Amino acid sequence: MATYLEFIQQNEERDGVRFSWNVWPSSRLEATRMVVPLACLLTPLRERPDLPPVQYEPVLCSRATCKAVLNPLCQVDYRAKLWACNFCFQRNQFPPAYAGISEVNQPAELMPQFSTIEYIVQRGPQTPLIFLYVVDTCLEEEDLQALKESLQMSLSLLPADALVGLITFGRMIQVHELSCEGISKSYVFRGTKDLTAKQIQDMLGLSRPAVPIQQGRPLQAPEQPVISSRFLQPVHKIDMNLTDLLGELQRDPWPVTQGKRPLRSTGVALSIAVGLLEGTFPNTGARIMLFTGGPPTQGPGMVVGDELKTPIRSWHDIEKDNARFMKKATKHYETLANRTATNGHCIDIYACALDQTGLLEMKCCANLTGGHMVMGDSFNTSLFKQTFQRVFNKGLNGEFRMAFGANLEVKTSRELKIAGAIGPCVSLNVKGPCVSENELGIGGTSQWKICGLDPCTTLAIYFEVVNQHNAPIPQGGRGAVQFVTQYQHSSTQKRIRVTTIARNWADAQSQLQHIEAAFDQEAAAVLMARLGVYRAESEEGPDVLRWLDRQLIRLCQKFGQYNKDDPNSFRLSESFSLYPQFMFHLRRSPFLQVFNNSPDESSYYRHHFARQDLTQSLIMIQPILYAYSFHGPPEPVLLDSSSILPDRILLMDTFFQIVIYLGETIAQWQKAGYQDMPEYENFKHLLQAPLDDAQEILQTRFPMPRYVHTEHGGSQARFLLSKVNPSQTHNNLYAWGQGGCPSRGAAEQPSTSAA
Amino acid sequence: MSVNQHTHAGPPYGQPQPGYQGYQQPAYGGQPLPGVPHTQYGAYNGPMPGYQQPVPPQGYFPSLGFPSKGSPVSLNSDTSLAPNFIGSVRALPTSGAPPPASGTSLPSGHQGYSQFGQGDVQNGIPTSTAPMQRPPASQPFLPGSAPAPVSQPSTFQQYGPPPSSVQQLSNHMAGMTIGSTSISAPPPAGLGYGPPTSVPPVSGSFSATGSGLYAPYTASQGPPPPSVPQGLPLAQPPFSGQPVPTQRLPTEVPGFAPPPSSTGIGPSSYPPSTGAPRPPPMPGPPLSGQTVAGPPMSQPNHVSSPPPPSTLSGPHPGPPMSGLHGPPPPTHPPQPGYQMQQNGSFGQVRGPQPNYSGAYPGTPNYGSQPGPPPKRLDPDSIPSPIQVIEDDRSNRGSEPFVTGVRGQVPPLVTTNFLVEDQGNASPRYIRCTSYNIPCTSDMAKQSQVPLAAVIKPLATLPPEETLPYLVDHGESGPVRCNRCKAYMCPFMQFIEGGRRFQCCFCSCVTEVPAHYFQHLDHTGKRVDFYDRPELSLGSYEFLATVDYCKNNKFPSPPAFIFMIDVSYNAVKSGLVRLICEELKSILDYLPREGNMEESAIRVGFVTYNKVLHFYNVKSSLAQPQMMVVSDVADMFVPLLDGFLVNVNESRTVIASLLDQIPEMFADTRETETVFGPVIQAGLEALKAAECAGKLFIFHTSLPIAEAPGKLKNRDDKKLINTDKEKTLFQPQTSFYSNLAKDCVAQGCCVDLFLFPNQYLDVATLGVVTYQTGGSIYKYAYFQLETDQDRFLNDLRRDVQKEVGFDAVMRVRTSTGIRATDFFGAFYMSNTTDVEMAGLDCDKTITVEFKHDDKLSEDSGALLQCALLYTSCAGQRRLRIHNLSLNCCTQLADLYRNCETDTLINYLAKYAYRGVLNSPVKAVRDSLINQCAQILACYRKNCASPSSAGQLILPECMKLLPVYLNCVLKSDVLQPGPEVTTDDRAYIRQLVTSMDVAETNVFFYPRLLPLTKADVDSDSLPAAIRNSEERLSKGDIYLLENGLNIFVWVGVNVQQALIQNLFGVSSFSQISSTLSTLPVLENPFSKKVRSIIDMLHLQRSRYMKLIIVKQEDKLEMLFKHFLVEDKSLTGGASYVDFLCHMHKEIRQLLS
Repeated sequence: MATYLEFIQQNEERDGVRFSWNVWPSSRLEATRMVVPLACLLTPLRERPDLPPVQYEPVLCSRATCKAVLNPLCQVDYRAKLWACNFCFQRNQFPPAYAGISEVNQPAELMPQFSTIEYIVQRGPQTPLIFLYVVDTCLEEEDLQALKESLQMSLSLLPADALVGLITFGRMIQVHELSCEGISKSYVFRGTKDLTAKQIQDMLGLSRPAVPIQQGRPLQAPEQPVISSRFLQPVHKIDMNLTDLLGELQRDPWPVTQGKRPLRSTGVALSIAVGLLEGTFPNTGARIMLFTGGPPTQGPGMVVGDELKTPIRSWHDIEKDNARFMKKATKHYETLANRTATNGHCIDIYACALDQTGLLEMKCCANLTGGHMVMGDSFNTSLFKQTFQRVFNKGLNGEFRMAFGANLEVKTSRELKIAGAIGPCVSLNVKGPCVSENELGIGGTSQWKICGLDPCTTLAIYFEVVNQHNAPIPQGGRGAVQFVTQYQHSSTQKRIRVTTIARNWADAQSQLQHIEAAFDQEAAAVLMARLGVYRAESEEGPDVLRWLDRQLIRLCQKFGQYNKDDPNSFRLSESFSLYPQFMFHLRRSPFLQVFNNSPDESSYYRHHFARQDLTQSLIMIQPILYAYSFHGPPEPVLLDSSSILPDRILLMDTFFQIVIYLGETIAQWQKAGYQDMPEYENFKHLLQAPLDDAQEILQTRFPMPRYVHTEHGGSQARFLLSKVNPSQTHNNLYAWGQGGCPSRGAAEQPSTSAA
Repeated sequence: MSVNQHTHAGPPYGQPQPGYQGYQQPAYGGQPLPGVPHTQYGAYNGPMPGYQQPVPPQGYFPSLGFPSKGSPVSLNSDTSLAPNFIGSVRALPTSGAPPPASGTSLPSGHQGYSQFGQGDVQNGIPTSTAPMQRPPASQPFLPGSAPAPVSQPSTFQQYGPPPSSVQQLSNHMAGMTIGSTSISAPPPAGLGYGPPTSVPPVSGSFSATGSGLYAPYTASQGPPPPSVPQGLPLAQPPFSGQPVPTQRLPTEVPGFAPPPSSTGIGPSSYPPSTGAPRPPPMPGPPLSGQTVAGPPMSQPNHVSSPPPPSTLSGPHPGPPMSGLHGPPPPTHPPQPGYQMQQNGSFGQVRGPQPNYSGAYPGTPNYGSQPGPPPKRLDPDSIPSPIQVIEDDRSNRGSEPFVTGVRGQVPPLVTTNFLVEDQGNASPRYIRCTSYNIPCTSDMAKQSQVPLAAVIKPLATLPPEETLPYLVDHGESGPVRCNRCKAYMCPFMQFIEGGRRFQCCFCSCVTEVPAHYFQHLDHTGKRVDFYDRPELSLGSYEFLATVDYCKNNKFPSPPAFIFMIDVSYNAVKSGLVRLICEELKSILDYLPREGNMEESAIRVGFVTYNKVLHFYNVKSSLAQPQMMVVSDVADMFVPLLDGFLVNVNESRTVIASLLDQIPEMFADTRETETVFGPVIQAGLEALKAAECAGKLFIFHTSLPIAEAPGKLKNRDDKKLINTDKEKTLFQPQTSFYSNLAKDCVAQGCCVDLFLFPNQYLDVATLGVVTYQTGGSIYKYAYFQLETDQDRFLNDLRRDVQKEVGFDAVMRVRTSTGIRATDFFGAFYMSNTTDVEMAGLDCDKTITVEFKHDDKLSEDSGALLQCALLYTSCAGQRRLRIHNLSLNCCTQLADLYRNCETDTLINYLAKYAYRGVLNSPVKAVRDSLINQCAQILACYRKNCASPSSAGQLILPECMKLLPVYLNCVLKSDVLQPGPEVTTDDRAYIRQLVTSMDVAETNVFFYPRLLPLTKADVDSDSLPAAIRNSEERLSKGDIYLLENGLNIFVWVGVNVQQALIQNLFGVSSFSQISSTLSTLPVLENPFSKKVRSIIDMLHLQRSRYMKLIIVKQEDKLEMLFKHFLVEDKSLTGGASYVDFLCHMHKEIRQLLS
C-alpha cells in the first residue's frame, strides 16, 4: 500500500501522470468489470525544474503509422546501433548523430529517469507571444477605471517583445491601431452583424491585395510585416501609446435608456478578434483576453435582449426550453472556439458582473482553447485584479507559466486503445490503430490540441483494454503509453515533451488483489468525476447522478466485502476507502448540482474542474475543512455539520472559496476585543493562524478564490453551511451548535479521514 | 408700307449710300465682308429698291437713334404690344461709332425711323403695356425721321460701331419677313431716343406718348412701313447708288455680310430664301442692313411685300432659316428679275457683291454660295438682348419697384432696382412668366404661354431692403384658413366687423381667433393693418409651433459634416491639404442667426477612400481619435458623442485633426473610393444626433470600390443623338434615389464638390444632391495653382450662405389654377409638397400652373408660397410669399405682361428635364414648336394685320427667339465633341435650380469690352452682343456666363494695354494658363480686376477665369459662348434661327 502510494506519487512527480489502475487487467472483459475505467490524469507540462530540456530532435520510430519516440523502454542493440520500438516492435537504425552510442554512453532519452524528457527543436520562425485584449466598455465608471488600470499594469508584466493588441466593444466594436502617432486610430464594426473571417480581414485591410495594380507606382516591398503590426505591436514599442489609449478609454457613449441593458456586442467583438489573429498569425501562440462586464445583448452571440424586464436565462428557463437565445449563441461561440482552436490561439474570459454574463454560452471559447475563465463581481475587486495579474506569473525558472498551441499525441502498446480525453482540448481527428471505437470524452482520435496550457493543466485520458480474454499476456508483460506533447514554450521556442510509461498487466481473475491494491482512488474519483461532469454537460442532471450511483454500487459490489442483507458487514479495502466519500460530495457539488447556481456559475465551476490537476480537483469535489482551536494544532476535520463548534475557527477551502468561520464563542470573544489584550495574545494568534493559512492558499491559487471571513450566524456563513454534510440539522437539534462529539456521517461515509 | 418707306427712302437713298460708305468705313472698313456685315446690313430688307432708298435714310436714322437704344428690332409687335416692327429699322448702325452721343443726337432722326417702324406699330398698341419704351422711341422717330434722312449718312457712319444696337431686322431673304420684331427696335427707339427714353420709363406715360406717337407715325408713315422703308432704303441705296453703292455695298456687304449672306447667300444654303430674297431684298436689304434690326427685316419685307411674295415663297422652300425669306427658291430667278425690276440697284448690288467676296456675287452666288446665304438678316436689325437690357436698366433702374399693385411686371433681372414691399412678394422671391394670366384654360392653351413662377424663397436681399419680418402668433400657431390652410396674408378679407375672414384662395370663411381679433376701420381694413406684416406685406415669416415640427419635437440645431475623399488622387493633387487648411478658418464663419454670438451649427469630419474614417473631436480629448469603418456594405456611425461638436469648444482638437489628416494620408496608395456609404454615413450621423444638416462631400473619382452604390463607367459618347442618349442623364442605379429619399426624410442635405480627372458619372452621383436641395460644384482636372481660388471661394460661400433645413414648400393658388409641376432641386413624395432637406439662398424652384377652372378678371389670381423650414439656429419657421396677378380675357393682355427671362428659365428647366425621358431631338423640337406656337398665337390674335411674310414679335417676347436659340444650343441639348457627359449632366442639374438672373446670363453671356471701360467710374462698360463680329482685334473683352469668365485679347491690342493688364510686354507672352490677373498698380489693371471682382460678387459661384488669346486654341472654347453666332456644333446663328422661327410661325399660321 505504502509502496503504491509512493509509487503513485513518484510517478506523478516525474511524469505528471496518475492512472486509476496501476496494474492493468489484462483482458477487455475484466477491464470492463473493474467499473472504473483504465484512465489517467496527465499534466503535460508539469513543472520539472530538475528536467533540463535537451537541444535536439527526438528520434522517431520509422514506421509511418507509429512514429513513437525513442524512450527508455525500447530495446537497444548497441552494437548494431539499432533500437526496437516498444509500441510496434519496428527495428530502427539510430541516426548518424548517435554513432557514438554505447551502454555506458547513452543519450538521455534512454535513461530510465528520463521517462519524461523535453526536446527543444528549431522549427519555423519564432513569433513572439501575442496578447489581444478585448475590452467591454459598457461598464460602470468605477469598474472601467479599475479594468483600465489592470490592463495598464499588465503591460509591464508582458514579455517585452510580446505583441499586444486592443479591441474595445460596446454597441460597436473598435479595433485599435496602435502604430499611429498623434491621432489614435481604430477600425469600427457594428455589433449586430456577423462577419466572416475574410470580411474582417478585408475590412481591416489585412488581406493581401491581389497585386495592387496602380498606374505608374513601383510595387513596394511586401507589406506583410507592416500590415500585421498595425493592430498588434511589440509591447516595448507602444506601451506608452497603449497606456494613454487605455487611459482615454471612455465608457460606451451610446445612450442607454431606462429599463434597458447597454447594447453589448461581445459576440462580434470576439469574432473580430478571432478573425484578426486568424488572418495575421495563424498557428502561433496568442491569447485573446476577453474582459466583459455583462451579457452580450445584441448581434450574433447575444444571450439576452436589452430589455431589463426580461431576466437572463436561468436553469429553470433552460429546463423548460425557455432560453430563446441560448442555442444560437452557443452555436456562435462554439464556431468561434473551434476556429480559434484550429488557429492555435486561446481565449480567456474575464467576466465580472453581479449578474450573469453569458458564460454558459461562451464557455466553449475557454474550454476548447485552453483559455482561462474567471468570474467575479466586479473588475474593481482584488479577486479579479490578482487573478489577472497571476495570469502573467512566472514559474520557478523565470518563465511564464503559459504555453501555447500544444499538440498532444498518445501512443499505446497494442493491448490498449485510446477511448478519449476530457480537458481543455479539441480533437485533431487523427484516427489510428490505437484509437478505440468506444468513446469516453472527446474520442475518436489519438491527438488533441490544447491551445493554451499551463503547468497545471491536466487532461483525463481514457483507455480501453482490447486484449481478448483468450489471448493472455505473458507473465511480466507490460503495457506502455507514450504521451508526446509538442508546444510553443512561453519563450516562443518549440518544444516537445515526451512521457513514456509502462504498467504491468495482471490477470484479474487470478491476481485481483494486485489490481485492487494498485487502485488510485483519488485519481479514480477525479477521472470518474470528469466523466460525470462531461456527461452532465449534455445530459440531464438526474441521469448523471443515477449513473454515478450505479457505478459506485457496481464498484462496491465488485470490490466490497459484505454479507447479503447485512449493511454492517460491508467493508472496503483501504485503497477504496475514500472513494465513496468523494462520490458523495461529488453528487452534492456544483459540478453536478445546478440548484442554487446560475448557469454561468455552473459553467464556471465545470470549466475549472475540467482542467485542474488532481489535488485541486479533489479539493473541488470535497472541500477541505481545517479546524483551529485551543485544543490543539490545526487539524483537518470532517466536512460535516458536526465539525462546526463554538470554540473552533474553521477554514474551508472549496477551491473557489476560502471561508474562515469563527465559532460562536470565538466570535463573541473577538467582538469583546480579547485579541487586543496582551494577556490574550494566544487568542490573537489563534485568530491569525487561519488567516495566514488562507493567505498561503490565496497566494498560489488560480483563479484567486473568493475570500470569505465570517462567523457564526453571519450571512456569509451560508458558504460553509452549504458544503458541509448536513448530519445535524434543525431536525436533529441534538448536536446543533452544541459541543457534542461529532457523529458519524451518512451511511456512505467511511470513517477514514481525509488523507 | 412701301409707300412710307419710299417716302423715307427717297431721301435716304441718296444719303444712305453715302451713309453706307460711311458705315462701311467704320465698321466695314475694319472688316471686310465678315466683320462688318452684320451690323449694317441689317438693311437687307431687301425690300424693294424703292424701299431701300427711303429706308436707308430712315434706317440710318433709326439706326443711329437705335444704336443708342439698342437696335430694337422692330418688332412689329403689333399694336397690342409694343410690337416693334421688325422690318423697320436698322437704324442704329448708322450712328455707329460715335454711338452713344451721336446716337442720341442722331436718334432723334433715327428714332423717327425706328419709331416708325416700331412706334407705329407698337405704339399703337403697346403703349399701354411695356411698350412704353418703344413708344417713346417712336415718338422721337417721328421727328427724327424727317431729319434723319438727311443726317443719316453721317449718322450711319457713326453708328457703324454701335451697329449692334441696330437691331432691326433685315429681312433679307424673305426680304419681307422676318419682320422685324419689334424687339430691339422698340427699345432702341427708347434708347436711341435718348430723350424719349427718359420719357418712356413710365409705362403709363408711355402709353400715352405711344399713342400719341403712333398717331404721328401713322400719319407720317404707315407704322410698319417706316421701318420697312428704312430697311429697304438702305438696301436700295447701296444698290441704287451703283457706283458708290457698290462700294458701299461692298462695304455694306461686308458689314452686312451676314445679312448680305442672305442676299448672296440665299442661294447656296438658304439658297432659296437667301438667294431669292437677296436679290430683291439684297438690294433693298443691304441698305436696311444697317437698319437691319430684326424687325426691319420683316417690316421691310412687309413693305416690300411685293418682292417678298416671291421671296417668301422662295425662302420656304429653302432651308428653314431662309425659310423666313421664304421667297428664295423661286426667287432666285425672280429675284434677279425683281431686282432688276425693282431697282437697277439690284443689279448693282450684285455687282458689288462679287467684289466683296465671291459670296455676294450676284445671282450666281446665290445659287452657288452657301456661305453668304446664311446671313440673310442683318444682325443689327434683329432684336438685341443688349439693347433690351440697357433700355430696361435706364428706364426702370432708377426708382424702386413698389409691389402694391396687382399684376405689375417687374423690371428685368439684369436691372438694378430696389423693391418696396407693399403687399406682394418682391420679384427677388417670385417671378412669373406672365403677370396677367388668361382667365380660361382655353386661352392658356391657345397661347401656349406657360404659366410659371420662379420662386427663390430664401433669396438674398440687397442691404437696402428689409428681410421678411418674423411674426409670432403665439401657441396656436399662424392664423390660417380652415379649409385650404392658407396662411394669413394681405388678401384675406375681414368681414363681420373683423370677427371672421374670408379666404382669398378658397373663399371659405374662418373665425378670427380671439387673440387675433381687431376692429375694422371704415374701409374694412383692420386697424392694425400696418402693424402686422402679414396684413400689409407680401413676404414675412411666422414662427412655427411644435405642431410644425417633425415628431412634434422642436428641432436641434443643424450640423455640418465635412466628408473628404483621401484617395490617392485627392492627396496627390494637394486637395486634401487645401481643404483641411481652409476648413480651419472657414469654421469660424458658419451661418448664424441674426446677431447670435456664435453659430449653433455643429460640425463633424469624415474622410474616406474605400473605407470611411470618422473623427472624434470631443473637446475633452487631447488628440482627435480616428475611427475607421470598413463595413461599407452596411454603413453605420461608429460614435455619437464627439462626432458633432461645437467649433469653439473643440477648436484645438479640430485644428489638430485638420493638421494631421493630410499627413496621415500622405502616403496613401488607395485609389478606389466609395460614395454611397459616404452619404449613408452622414445620414446616419444626423439620424443619431437627431438633427438636420448638410454634408459637404469632396469627391474625386468614380466610386468603383465594392460597396452599395458602386458605379460602372458607362460613359458612351456614341449614344449621343440616339434614343438612348437619355440614359446618359439618368442615374445608372436606383440606389441613390432611394438614399435621397431617406436623406430628405432626415433633413440631410448633400453638397458635392467634385474634382474629377475622368468620367465620374455626375448624373448618378448628383442624384442625392439634387433631390436634397444641395449644390454640386465641379472642378475638372483640378490643379492647385489654377483652381484653388475658385474652389475656396465656392467653398466659403457655400459654407457661409444662408440656408434652411428640412424644408417643405407648398404653393397655394386661388381657385381656378393649380400648381401642377415643379422644377428644381428637391424631392416630392406627393403632388403638392416640395421637400428639400436643405434650401439655400440660391436655390430656386420653378412652379408651373394649370387651369382647373375659370379665373375672373376682377379678383385676379393669387399665389401663396409657404416654406416651412428650420433656420440655421434650429428655429422652425414659415416663410410666406404672396403674389397677386391679373387675369385677362384678351390674349393681348397676356402678351403684354410676359417676362421672357422667366419664360426662358421655365423652358430651359422644362427641356432639361425632358432629356431624361425623351430623345434630345424631340425635346428641341418641342421647344421650338412651343415657341412658334406662342408667337404664332400672338401674330394671329394680337398683331395688327400685316403681310404674312412679316415676322411680328410681341414686345415682351422679342428676345424669345434669341434666348431660345441659346437654350437649344446649350451643351445639354446640343453637345459639341469636347463636351463631356459629366459636363452635360452637371449643367443640367445646375440649370435646374437656377434663378432667372442666372439662366439669363448663363444662356446669353455678358460680353464686356474691357478696353472701353471707363477707369474712373465704377460702372461696367456697356455690354455688347455675343457675336464674333462685334469683337475688335484691338480690344480686350470679358465674357461671363455665371460659370466662367473669359478674357479675350485681340491680336492687335496695344502693347501698353497688355503691359498694364498682364504685366508682360507682348501679346505672345501672355500666358493663357493664368487663373487670375496679376495685381498691377495701374488704373486699367485695377479697373479690370474690380470689374471681375464685381462680377464674382453677383454670382453664386466663383467663376473660372480663362484668358483667351485671339487665334489661340482656346478661342474655340470661347467662341462657343458667342451665342449669336453659328456654333461649331451645328447650333444655328441667331439670324438663322430667327428665320427658322419665322418659317415655323408661318407654317402654323397657314
